[in-house]
Order: sequence, then C-alpha cells, then structure tokens
Amino acid sequence: MKAFDRIDGLVVPLDRPNVDTDAIIPKQFLKSIRRSGFGPNLFDEWRYLDHGEPGMDNSLRPVNPDFVLNRPRYHGAQILLARENFGCGSSREHAPWALEDYGFRAIIAPSFADIFFNNCFKNGLLPIVLDAGIVDRLFAGTEANEGYRLTVDLPSQTIRTPQGEEFSFEVDPFRKHCLIEGLDDIGLTLIHAEEIRAFEEKRKAEQPWLFIGNGK
Amino acid sequence: MNTRNLYDKLWESHVVRQESDGTALLYIDRHLVHEVTSPQAFEGLRLAGRRPWRVGSVLAVADHNVPTVGRESGILDPVSRLQVDTLDANCEEFGIQEFRMDDVRQGIVHVVGPEQGATLPGMTVVCGDSHTSTHGAFAALAFGIGTSEVEHVLATQCLLSKKSKSMLVKVEGNLPKGATAKDIALFVIGKIGTAGGTGYAIEFAGSAIRHLSMEGRMTLCNMAIEAGARAGMVAVDEKTVEYFRGRPFAPSGEMWEAACAYWRTLTSDEGAHFDAVVQIDAAQIRPQVTWGTSPEMVVGIDGQVPDPASVSDAVKKSGMEKALQYMGLEAGMAISDVPVDKVFIGSCTNSRIEDLRAAAAIAKGRHVASSVKLAMVVPGSGLVKKMAEAEGLDRIFLDAGFEWREPGCSMCLAMNDDRLSPGERCASTSNRNFEGRQGAGGRTHLVSPEVAAAAAIAGHFIDPEALQ
Ligand code: SF4
Repeated sequence: MKAFDRIDGLVVPLDRPNVDTDAIIPKQFLKSIRRSGFGPNLFDEWRYLDHGEPGMDNSLRPVNPDFVLNRPRYHGAQILLARENFGCGSSREHAPWALEDYGFRAIIAPSFADIFFNNCFKNGLLPIVLDAGIVDRLFAGTEANEGYRLTVDLPSQTIRTPQGEEFSFEVDPFRKHCLIEGLDDIGLTLIHAEEIRAFEEKRKAEQPWLFIGNGK
Repeated sequence: MNTRNLYDKLWESHVVRQESDGTALLYIDRHLVHEVTSPQAFEGLRLAGRRPWRVGSVLAVADHNVPTVGRESGILDPVSRLQVDTLDANCEEFGIQEFRMDDVRQGIVHVVGPEQGATLPGMTVVCGDSHTSTHGAFAALAFGIGTSEVEHVLATQCLLSKKSKSMLVKVEGNLPKGATAKDIALFVIGKIGTAGGTGYAIEFAGSAIRHLSMEGRMTLCNMAIEAGARAGMVAVDEKTVEYFRGRPFAPSGEMWEAACAYWRTLTSDEGAHFDAVVQIDAAQIRPQVTWGTSPEMVVGIDGQVPDPASVSDAVKKSGMEKALQYMGLEAGMAISDVPVDKVFIGSCTNSRIEDLRAAAAIAKGRHVASSVKLAMVVPGSGLVKKMAEAEGLDRIFLDAGFEWREPGCSMCLAMNDDRLSPGERCASTSNRNFEGRQGAGGRTHLVSPEVAAAAAIAGHFIDPEALQ
C-alpha cells in the first residue's frame, strides 16, 4: 500500500450529492479479476459519451467535454472535492481502486457512506470529512481559481488553502498510523495470531455448532 | 449487570481484543464468498504466501454472473465466465466448499446461507457484498465488507472494526392488507433517508416485525443497508429457532438443544439503551413504489410523483429534478398512471419461496398485459426453484405469461444478460434504483413481489388489492 504523508494536489470539484459506487465504477468493470487498471473507467458513464465495456481502448472513445474531470484545468487532480454521502451504494472496492488508479489520493466531502469510507483507508486513499460550510467554501474556491491546490497534511491533520486558510480534520489514530506507514492490515493482525487461536478454541468448546461446516 | 441490546451482545461476544481507541479485532464465524469480490482477495493471499485461517468457515457460491437461461451451454460472456471459473479454481485450490452452477443448492449467496443453516443466530457473518445485512434477520451480526477485508478475514478469521451506534426501529401495529416487509423497508427508508442509518446498526422490533415470517425479516434486514446502516437485525423468537430445524449446517440432537438455549438469549434486554429510536405506525404503511433514483424517493401506491418545487432545500430539490428527468416522470403524476415495460421478480430482497407464492397468488388465472415486454421470475436458489415447482408455482407464472428462470442475481444488477434497455421502465423487487443499475438508461421502480406481479398484469402500477 502506498504510504500517505503530505500531498499538495490539484482539486477537482464534483458537485453532486449521493454519488454512488455504480457511478464511480459501473458494474461491467467489476468482472475483472485484477485489482489495478480501473482508472480509465472511473465515472465511465459521465466521462464518456458512449457506453463503456471492459477491454475497450479508452483513448479512442468520445469523451464528454462537460464532465468536470475532462476539463483541461482539472487534469492531473489528486484531490476530489465532493458532496454528502459520497460512495453510497454497493460495497465494491473497485470504487477506491478506480479513484486511486486514476491518481486521486484524497477525497473531501461533508459525509461518506460507511463501507466506502473504510475501503479508502485500505487502499492508500484518505477520505476527509469537513463541515458542509467549509466544503461549500472549497467548492467556491476551486471554481473561482484555476489551478486551485490544497495541501493535505496527514501527520498534523490539516488542510491548507492557497489563501493560507487552515482547516483541521479528524482521523482515526490507528488508520492514520497505517496510512502514514503504508502498513498492511493482515500482517498487523497476525501479530495477534495466538490470541485469535485461543479465542477460537474457547468458542469451539462453548458453541461447537458454530463449527459445523465441511468438517475443516 | 448492565442491560444490553442485541447488538451489544453480538458485538461483545466476538471481540478478540480491543485497542484503546475502540478498534476491535472481531472474530468471524461465517464467511460467504461469491465470484465478484473475491478474486483479488485470493490473489492477495497467493501473492503473500498465505493460506485461509479456517476453510470450514467459508462457503462459496457464484451468483452475480451466472446466466438464468441456457445453463447447459455454460456462460457465454467470456468475462463472466472468467470470474466464475476463477472462483471454482480458487475454491479448489484452497479447499473451500462451493455450490457450483450445476448444484441444486446454488443461488444468491444471501438466500443460500440461511437456507443451508450456514447462517445461524449469534454468528458474525460477513460477505463481500453490502446486502449481507440480510442475515441479521436471524439475530446474527452480519455486514458487507470490501475485497481487502475479504482477504483479511480469509487470512486471519478476524476483521478490524469499530462498534457502530445502535438504532431501534420500532414498528408497532398491524400492516394494512397488501402491505409487506418490503413496504416496511421502503417506508422506513423514505422516512429516515438513505443516510439516516449511517453509522448505526439497526434493530427492527415491534409487533409488526414479530408478525413477519423469517423471509419477511430477511427482506427487511436486506434493505437496512439502503438506509445507510451497516447491519440490520431482529431478535430471536420461536420463529427464528424453528427456521433452522433440520437444515444441513444447523446442529442436531443434544447440540441442537444447547444451541437453542443460547439463541433464546439473543434479544435486547428490557430497557436496554439505544442511541436513536424511530417509531413507526404499521397501519400507515401502504404498498410502496419508488419514483426516483434513490430508495428514499418513495411514495404509497395511491400517491403522486412529488413536486421538487415544494422542497426548499436546494440540494434536495436539484436531486429530485435530476431524478425526475432520468425517470421520465412529471411531478404530480399519479403513481398508478405510470406504465411499465418490464417486470423483475427476484434478487436477494424478494426471491424466496414466500415471495414467489405471493406473486403467484396475484398472477394466478390472469395474464401479463400485452404492453409488458418481459415479466420474469428468478428464484433465489435452486432449492427455492425446486420447491416452487413442486407447488406448481412455475405453471402459474408460465400460464400467466411470465418467464421462469434459473437462480441468480439476474436483473438486480444486470451483470449477466438480463438487463433493461435505455429508457425502459421496470417494476422490480430488487433493492436499488440507482441510475443504470438494471442496465444503462434503465428506469427502476422498487416494489414488493405483489405490486410487481400486479403491475405485470395491469401494465401499470396498481394496488394489488384493486386487482381482485
Ligand atoms: S441479488 Fe442484487 S443486491 Fe442481492 S447480492 Fe445479487 S446483485 Fe447484490
């Protein structure tokens, strides 16, 4: 997992509430058995004028010039500015994979859907919840100023605007630690393998019916 | 001792260890796996040289991509085939039990788990699918996880998680005739909104919930996720216990008695605390129909498409306008004037035997309207299909002009060939009406099996009671 410390990135504003994971990465792309390469199909239905399917050469497809990601001034954006309940809908992890593969490192919104929010941290993406009023101001700033960038500093949990305004944000300390170190969750958990085994044995003794399966 | 609610009990009994910040290592009893969200997890295991912690806890089934017709010739779409083949190969390699496409036990993972008794009260149940909340109907702590978490559970039998807040949704009274568990679900979402349950685990309680069958409770918990909640649950009662008698993965003999005794403790203590409480009067719940592109955009069957002009919140208003435009509807239109092109009865929300019986009761002796291009019934599992056929439900549907298909997710998300064409309008018993969910440009109206069947017969939405 890519470690996250501090980024200074171009911001792209996606001004709609309730952006669901179907919109982030349409279901036809879920058929892939890989975990990379989804970036070109991020927001596929909004980004292109034709219907996308896996395996197409995306560079040959007609792009929708009105969609915000296609506007030249936002090319290379690393920070997505969004509205409330971002990432609602299906739990597909392809959504953060696509955002990450496209080049996003952080998403700022007044609120996120729960599973999506969790999935971001596991993929080196930082979801940041800010007050709706502050998000409004960031939208205004982004739209008014070409080349609008924000500095996201995870260690100090702050965001800095080009005007020098600073906002702090909350982040779970454990997740922060893992993100900064780029740590893999599984390795961390297996440090406690003995404890898990003991718990399991106790459970088996007390509730043996939980272990009926194919006998393994 | 402190009083505890059901969620507290389920949570506390699975905590292996807890960090000071509240992050818990939660033990997982049952891991359900399907073809869409697992390949990358197995790939991750292989890359790291890891093995599954306890293969006996894992049950796999392919459902999202499987065709609902012509199974003998296999899966024609090469991409879908690759996913299903990959699941088969991974289960083979790691020694995981799988119900393959030609197994009568194959079906939608959330139908198959309880049907096999692989979901039991008091378990933690996870699956790489948001509708895992379904299993909460059995007083299990069940929730959807992402693919990285699928890998994490495979490798460690645990999940890192933080406890949610608890919400009690209390539905008291009698449902009016024609209203179902699906209508309770849609009504609740209409009331609290699709983000209303965010950060909460919901317990559904009250006399109307106790009156629901286990199938109905599954329908309700299935849609808890559409209210934003990670989990939905219903306390154990005798219906819950009886449901498991004789199921393949359920205990028997002495172990059965011990299990039942434990299961009966899985209720919220009298006076237990909840962080939020929502009271609903069941008598107000009419059959529901969604009119927009979010499950919260819902009205009663006798209602009208609402007018965005009547809403002051600018964000909400523009969301409604966009939805109406996408759905091709005018504000003020009576829901009963909305015609349908296709009808889909199926999905993990409403594809169990009780759903099919209810739809068949409406279809019996009638015929699908000539204006309806396709009305299809997709049972939730091979066993549901078999049971329905033994009861003659397939004949009722076929005689009425419905198609009778093989089990799978089908047109719930249109990953196989079952999908809407642009502009087509569908009465669907599934759980999501997002843009393009049932096919690009397709328009979905979420309804109960009864309302879907009635819409197929009438060619437009109609109160099933009015058909009689
Ligand atoms: S039926 Fe629909 S909602 Fe249920 S698991 Fe399948 S795709 Fe998901």
